[in-house]
Amino acid sequence: MAEVALRQETAEVAIPSRAQVLVRMRLADKAFQYLTHAMALGVLALLGCIILALMIGSLPAFRAFGFEFLLTQRWNPVTEKFGALAPIYGTIVTSFIAMAIAVPIGLLVAMFLTELCPLWLRRPIAIAVELLAGIPSIIYGIWGLFVFAPFLQVHVQPLLIDAFGEVPILSSLFAGPPYGIGTLTAGLILAIMVLPFITSISRDVFEAVPAVLKESAYGLGCTTWEVFRNVVLPYTRVGVIGGMMLALGRALGETMAVTFVIGNAHKIAPSILAPGTTISATIANEFTEAVGDLYTAALIALGLILFGITLVVLALARYLLLRVERRLGA
Amino acid sequence: MRASLYARRRRRNAVAMSLSLAATAIGLGWLVLILGALLWEGFNGLSLKVFTEMTRPPGSDGGLLNPIFGSLIMTGLAVLIGTPVGILAGTYMAEYGRYARTTSVVRFINDILLSAPSIIVGLFIYEVAVAPMGHFSALAGALALAVIVVPVVIRTTEDMLLLVPNPLREAAAALGMPRAYIIRHVAYRAAKAGIVTGVLLAIARISGETAPLLFTALNNQFWSSNLNAPMASLPAVIFQFALSPYADWQKLAWTGALIITFAVLTLSIVARALTASRRQS
Repeated sequence: MAEVALRQETAEVAIPSRAQVLVRMRLADKAFQYLTHAMALGVLALLGCIILALMIGSLPAFRAFGFEFLLTQRWNPVTEKFGALAPIYGTIVTSFIAMAIAVPIGLLVAMFLTELCPLWLRRPIAIAVELLAGIPSIIYGIWGLFVFAPFLQVHVQPLLIDAFGEVPILSSLFAGPPYGIGTLTAGLILAIMVLPFITSISRDVFEAVPAVLKESAYGLGCTTWEVFRNVVLPYTRVGVIGGMMLALGRALGETMAVTFVIGNAHKIAPSILAPGTTISATIANEFTEAVGDLYTAALIALGLILFGITLVVLALARYLLLRVERRLGA
Repeated sequence: MRASLYARRRRRNAVAMSLSLAATAIGLGWLVLILGALLWEGFNGLSLKVFTEMTRPPGSDGGLLNPIFGSLIMTGLAVLIGTPVGILAGTYMAEYGRYARTTSVVRFINDILLSAPSIIVGLFIYEVAVAPMGHFSALAGALALAVIVVPVVIRTTEDMLLLVPNPLREAAAALGMPRAYIIRHVAYRAAKAGIVTGVLLAIARISGETAPLLFTALNNQFWSSNLNAPMASLPAVIFQFALSPYADWQKLAWTGALIITFAVLTLSIVARALTASRRQS
């Protein structure tokens, strides 16, 4: 600041140079504004470029297979026949398993953190959960491969196969030899991975419930569970759903945690114990080895499909969370 | 009748509360198991050699020097490219365009990019950088990581600049300072700790990213500091070594995983401490 004042004082002596300084300042001011504006618009351009690049890259695949690309299972690099159904199916099934396990557990943990936990323990646990949410997914992957998959293979999967062997529908769902790696394992790893994420979002949302609301419910004689079920959950419904969608977006696009344990088999098996594949795992495994334009294009087309699905899910999540923010702001 | 209603409600509450406790125990226990395995296996292979020797073929024990170096170089480059872009864009959103329609659109898109699958970023950079250049390179890897840095930095910069009280800006404006000057010398200074936090979080985020590097920077068995050639990185080496059938490679993969986790946790804790001390003052 002193610098500016000084410069203007000296400029006072020579009037033309003062005008020059002012002009230069105004120019610099405008330049900075336009620069920041350009960078902000750059974000929009970035999204546009990503979509455009994926579209152009996948064009040969869609031209060769048309709409059928989405509906066929075959994936044969030798004859160059590709279909995306198996990876799409695997992506959806693993994410479904992950959400089915992680959402109830995450909500219960968040309830523990906001309603039950002694005050002195809340911050440490909350911080630990948030730190865990930031651990790179490759860590979960390597653990899944070396520790979790062998454990499942020896101790859990034989039990599942035995237990459901006689039940009509479940027997095919849990059929086959216990490989260890497979769709179920991938789903479980994903569940462990998104759990801290779900917990920390739901905790944030639950904490936004006005204390007065909860206190009046307690004052009427509600139990803790009834307060949670009838006051906290309805009040935070939109936010919770938004948070879940955000977690779903993560699960759908997760690469490393899944690639290690899914088994990479391009077929849709009725059993969730069997190896399968997901879109991201297919790309991660095969992209550098893909020979020929059509193979590469098919993989990029898979990427485009994944990006499309996650964009819709994430946009919906952000829209719901935005609604919550607006209501809290009002 | 009344007593039984009370008993039922109390029972239901007890069940729900024990479920909640059990869920917390399971959730935290699971994560403790993972960290425990990581510490156990990682420390098992940890020695000075890890930091002083190159990756070797299986059978002869080597270290992780070249992937550690590669990770540092690419992370550094990515931050160098991504941070200015992110800070400037965040500046527009919090200062010039605070009430503009563009800002809400950019914020929405940015939030989506923030959680978009990172493997897509890898594909994108492959299409626009690797394919035209005709070969994999460390530069492409850094670019891919930069694309991930930008949304994180934008988000924190905007949030932190919005926290700067307006009277500060008004006082500076009353002294006759031009707007760009106010932003650079008053607003940035007031929000410095927050912006640094954003950069640290971005580094933490990219230091474990594997997917965007697989087909941009690829991997390299040897020491290389050439930005125009494939370069090793810790995550990519972990991926390759963990899936290999060789025990000594797998051991190194665990050690690499430990190093990454340690780095990420340290960065997040420092970032957290920075904002916490700010909040108190």
